[in-house]
Amino acid sequence: MEKKKAKKTAHVGDAARAGAGADADADAPWGWLTNRGLVPTFSLISLFGLLVRAAVSLHPYSGAGTPPKYGDFEAQRHWMEITVNLPARDWYVNGTLNDLAYWGLDYPPLTAYQSYVHGLFLKLFDPDAVALFASRGYETYFSKLLMRWTVLSSDVMVFFPAVFYFWIVYNRGRSRGGERCDAAWHVAMLLINPCLILIDHGHFQYNCISLGLTVGAVAAVLSQKDLIACALFSLALNHKQMSAYFAPAFFSHLLGKCLRRKNPFFEVSRLGLVVMGTFAVVWLPYLYSTDALLQVLSRLAPFERGIYEDYVANFWCATSVLIKWKSQGFLYGLLNSSLPFYLFSFQVHEKSILLPLLPASLLALDNPSLYKWLTHYGLLSMFPLLHRDGLLLPYITLNALYFLLYHVPRDKRVSKVTGSSAAYPILSAFSVCCYFGLHLIYLTMHPPEKYPFLFEALIMIFCFFHFALLAIYTNKKQWTLSKHSMLLNKEKKII
Amino acid sequence: MTPPPPPASELLWHAAAAACVKLLLVPSYRSTDFEVHRHWLALTHSLPVARWYADETSPWTLDYPPFFAFLELLLSFPARAVDPVIVHLHRGLGYGAASAVLFQRLTVVAADCCLVYAARRLTRNCEPGKGRLIWVLVIWSPMLLIVDHVHFQYNGFLLGILLLSISCLSEGKDLAGGCLFAILLCFKHLFAVAAPVYFVYLLRRCFRGGLARGIGRLSALGAVVVAIFAAAYGPFIYHGQMQQVIRRMFPFGRGLCHAYWAPNFWVFYIVLDKVLSFVLRRLGFDIQTPAASFTGGLVGNSSPFAVLPQVTPLITFIMVLLALSPCLIKAWRNPQPKDAARWIAYAYTSGFLFGWHVHEKASLHFVIPLALTAVQSLGDAKHYFWLSIVCCYSLFPLLYEAQEYPIKVLLLLLHCMAMFLSFFVLFDGSARVKATASESRTGDESGEKRSLGLAKKGGFTIGWITKCYLFGILLVELWGQFLHPYILGNKLPFVPLMMISIYCAFGIMYSWIWQLRSIVRGSS
Repeated sequence: MEKKKAKKTAHVGDAARAGAGADADADAPWGWLTNRGLVPTFSLISLFGLLVRAAVSLHPYSGAGTPPKYGDFEAQRHWMEITVNLPARDWYVNGTLNDLAYWGLDYPPLTAYQSYVHGLFLKLFDPDAVALFASRGYETYFSKLLMRWTVLSSDVMVFFPAVFYFWIVYNRGRSRGGERCDAAWHVAMLLINPCLILIDHGHFQYNCISLGLTVGAVAAVLSQKDLIACALFSLALNHKQMSAYFAPAFFSHLLGKCLRRKNPFFEVSRLGLVVMGTFAVVWLPYLYSTDALLQVLSRLAPFERGIYEDYVANFWCATSVLIKWKSQGFLYGLLNSSLPFYLFSFQVHEKSILLPLLPASLLALDNPSLYKWLTHYGLLSMFPLLHRDGLLLPYITLNALYFLLYHVPRDKRVSKVTGSSAAYPILSAFSVCCYFGLHLIYLTMHPPEKYPFLFEALIMIFCFFHFALLAIYTNKKQWTLSKHSMLLNKEKKII
Repeated sequence: MTPPPPPASELLWHAAAAACVKLLLVPSYRSTDFEVHRHWLALTHSLPVARWYADETSPWTLDYPPFFAFLELLLSFPARAVDPVIVHLHRGLGYGAASAVLFQRLTVVAADCCLVYAARRLTRNCEPGKGRLIWVLVIWSPMLLIVDHVHFQYNGFLLGILLLSISCLSEGKDLAGGCLFAILLCFKHLFAVAAPVYFVYLLRRCFRGGLARGIGRLSALGAVVVAIFAAAYGPFIYHGQMQQVIRRMFPFGRGLCHAYWAPNFWVFYIVLDKVLSFVLRRLGFDIQTPAASFTGGLVGNSSPFAVLPQVTPLITFIMVLLALSPCLIKAWRNPQPKDAARWIAYAYTSGFLFGWHVHEKASLHFVIPLALTAVQSLGDAKHYFWLSIVCCYSLFPLLYEAQEYPIKVLLLLLHCMAMFLSFFVLFDGSARVKATASESRTGDESGEKRSLGLAKKGGFTIGWITKCYLFGILLVELWGQFLHPYILGNKLPFVPLMMISIYCAFGIMYSWIWQLRSIVRGSS
C-alpha cells in the first residue's frame, strides 16, 4: 500500500519535472553528464576510472626490489615465464624446469591461460622478462610498464564491459533526470572502487578478470539468461577458486528458478551441461589422466578446505530454493554468502574482502551506506599490506577520492540517494576516531619488541568487529526481504 | 527568474577531486624544471639577497623576477623542516629523494588554491551552467595537469593571479586589476606580453570621467604600480644588482626557437627557408649552409637562415606589436570591461605566435583565459573546443616517456568528452528557448518548420572541417608513435616532433586569425 502511494506521487512529481526537464538538467550539478543518455555517461566515467588506474600504476608494486622472494608481481611474472616456455602439462607439475617452491601456480587453469597470453605480449616487447630461469627477479622500467598494461587491458576488456552490462540491466526503465544522476553515481561507485584499484593496479593482481566474469554472471541472472550466467560464473571459478564464495548463492538461486519452471529436471540438466562443458574446455589439457587432474587440484588446495568449512553462509541459500527471490534478494544472497566465507575461512588473504565488496557495490544504489561502510573498513583491513608495498599515498588519495565521489554534490530535489544518516551517532563518531587513530598509530609509533605485529592485530580486530556487525545487518536485511517476498507470495495465492 | 549561481561547496568538491588526481601523479616523470625549483629553494634559503642573481653554483640560475624568488624563500622554510638536504646549496644538487619530490609536488597542489579562488571569483555572478563549465575547463584543464603536475611548474598559481586580474577588470575594478597584473609581472616577466593591452585599456578607462578625475586615477594607479615594482626590485637596486638581475631575466644566447619548436609562426618561416634552399640548390644556385642553428644563440652576424632574411629579437618584438595593434586600437576606442579577457587572450596568442624563443608551454597563457570567453557564445565555444584540443596535443612531446602515455591520452580524451557534453547541454537549452520563442511568435506551419531548423542549427555541433582537422591529429600521433619507429626505425628522429609542431601551428595560426576577426568585428 505504501509502495503504491509512493509510486503515485512519484508519477505526479515526474510529470511536473518533465516539463522543466531540459532546464533542470542544465541547472543540475551533473545534468551535462547525464543529458545525452547512458552510453556517454558511462564512457566519461570509465575514462576517468581508467585515468585513476593509470595514475595508480605509476606507484610501486608488491615486493618491489626485495629479493629473494619479492612479491605478487614477481609471482605473476614468473607464471608468464612458466606458461610461455613450458607445455601446458608441465605447468602444475614440479620438475627441474618448474620449481613449484618458487611461486608455483596455485590458481585454476584460466589464470594459467591468461598468463600465457600476457607472457606472449611481454615476450614480444621484452623477451628477457620471461626468459626461463634468467628472468627471476627481473625488474626494469619497461617490464613494469608492460605488466601494468596487461592489468589495464584486462580491466578494459573484462571488468568494464561486464559492469556496463550489469548497469544497463539494473537501470532499465530509469530515464528521468534525477534517476539518471543516481545511475551515474552508481557507475562511479562500481568503477572507482578503491580496494580493487589499489590491489589490481597497485599491489598487482588480476582480480578484475574473475570479478568481471562474476559481474557478467550476475547481470545475466538479472536478465534471465541463466545459461550465460552459468558459463560466465564457471569461467570466474576457473580463474580464481575464491569465486566459490559466491557459489552457494548462484547455485541455490538458479536451482530455485529451475524448480519453479515447467520441466525442472530438463532445466537443471541444461545448466549442469553448460557448467560441465565450460569446466571441460578449461581443464582440457589435464583431463588425460586422474594424476594430472589431482596434481592441479592439489595446487588449489585451499579451495577444497574452504568449501567444507563453512556452513554458516548457507542458510539463506538453502531457503532461496524455496522462496522466490527478486533481484535484490539475489544480490543480498551473494553478499551473505561471501561475507561469512571471508570471516571464517581458512587461509584468507586481506584481498579476499574484494569478494563481499562486489555485491555490495552492485547494491550501492539500493543501500549506499552499506557499501560505504564496507569500503572504508575494507580499505583499513588492507592498510598494512598496502603500506608494506609503498602504496601509502595512493591509499590516502583513493580513500579521499572515494569519499568525495560518494558525497558528490547532487540536486537534492530529484536524487533518491540520500547521505548516510548514522543510526547511532556517538558510536559511529567513536568508530571514526578509532579509524583515524589506528592509522596514526601504525604510521608513527613502533610496536613493542615482544609483539611486533601488535598494530596489525589491532587493525584486524577492529575491522573484524565491523564486518561482523555488517554481516548481522545484511542478514537482517535479507530476512526482511524474504519475509516481504513470502507475504507477497501469500497475497498472490489468496488473490 | 535567473537561477542562483552554483554553491562554493561544489567548487571545493572539484578542487578536492582534482587534487586527488594530482597527488596520484606524484611519482610520474619530472623534467629538469623540478631540479631548477629545488635549487632555487636552496639558493634563496642559503644565500643573502645580494647573491641570489649572481650565484653560479648550478647551471639553473635564477631567471624569474624577485617576487618568485621571495616565494621560493617562503617555501624553503617548510622544506627544511621536511628534509634539510633539499635546501642545502651543494648537497642538494640533483637531489631526487621521495621527501623532496613529495614536498615539491605538494607545493604545486597547494599553490593551485590561487587558481581555485580566481575561478570562484570569476563565477560568483554567473549562471550555474556557465559557472560549472568554467570550473571544469579551468580546474580540470589537462594542459595544467600535464605541465604543472607531471612536467613540474607553477603555472596554476601564476594563471590564478592573471585570472584574478581579469576578474577585477571585467567588474570594472581597474585599480585592483592593474595592481594584480603588476604583481604578476614581478612573479614571471613572460606575462608582460599583455602589458600594452593593459596599458592602453587602463589609460583610456582612467580618463572616461574627465581630465581631472583621469589624472587622479592615473596617478593612483601609477603610484601603486611603482610601489609594487619598488617592493620587488628595491633590494636589488640597493645592492647595485639591477644590471645582473636584468641580464639573468633576459638571457642572450638563446635562439629563435626552443629545442622543440613551439607551434608558432616561425615554424612556417623555417620550413619555408628549408624548402626554398632545397629548391634553389636544385636549380643550380649556390646556397651556403648556415653556420648558426635555430636553437643556438646569435652567433655574431651569421644567420641560421639559408635564403630568407635573418630574424632578430627586435624584429619579433615589432611583429608582436604589429599583431597587437588592432586590439590596442579597439581597446583605446571602446574599453569595455566584458572584453578584457578576450583582448588579453589575444595578446598572449600574438606573443606566442610571433615571439622570440617561445616555449610550447606558453600556450597555457592564452588557452586558460579563453575558457572564460568560451561560455559566452556558440561560436566561442566551438572555437575553444578545437583550440584547447590542439594546444593540449602540442604539449604531448613534453611527456616523452612511455609510462605517462596512457595518462596524457586519457586526460585529453576526458577533456574532449567533458567539453562536448557540457557545451552541448549549455547551448542546447538556449537553442530550444530560441526555437520555442520563434514558434510562439509566428504560430503557423512555416514558422514551425523554421523553428525546427533553428533548433537543429542552434545547438553545439562540430563542423566537418574541424572534424577532419581533429582526425588529422590522430593520424599525426599514429605516425609519430607507431608507424615511424616501425617503418623508419631510428632514421630522421626529428620528423615526428616536427610534424606535431607544424600541424598544431596551422591550428593556432587559424585561431589567431579567428580571434582577431572576432575582436575587430566586436563581440555581441
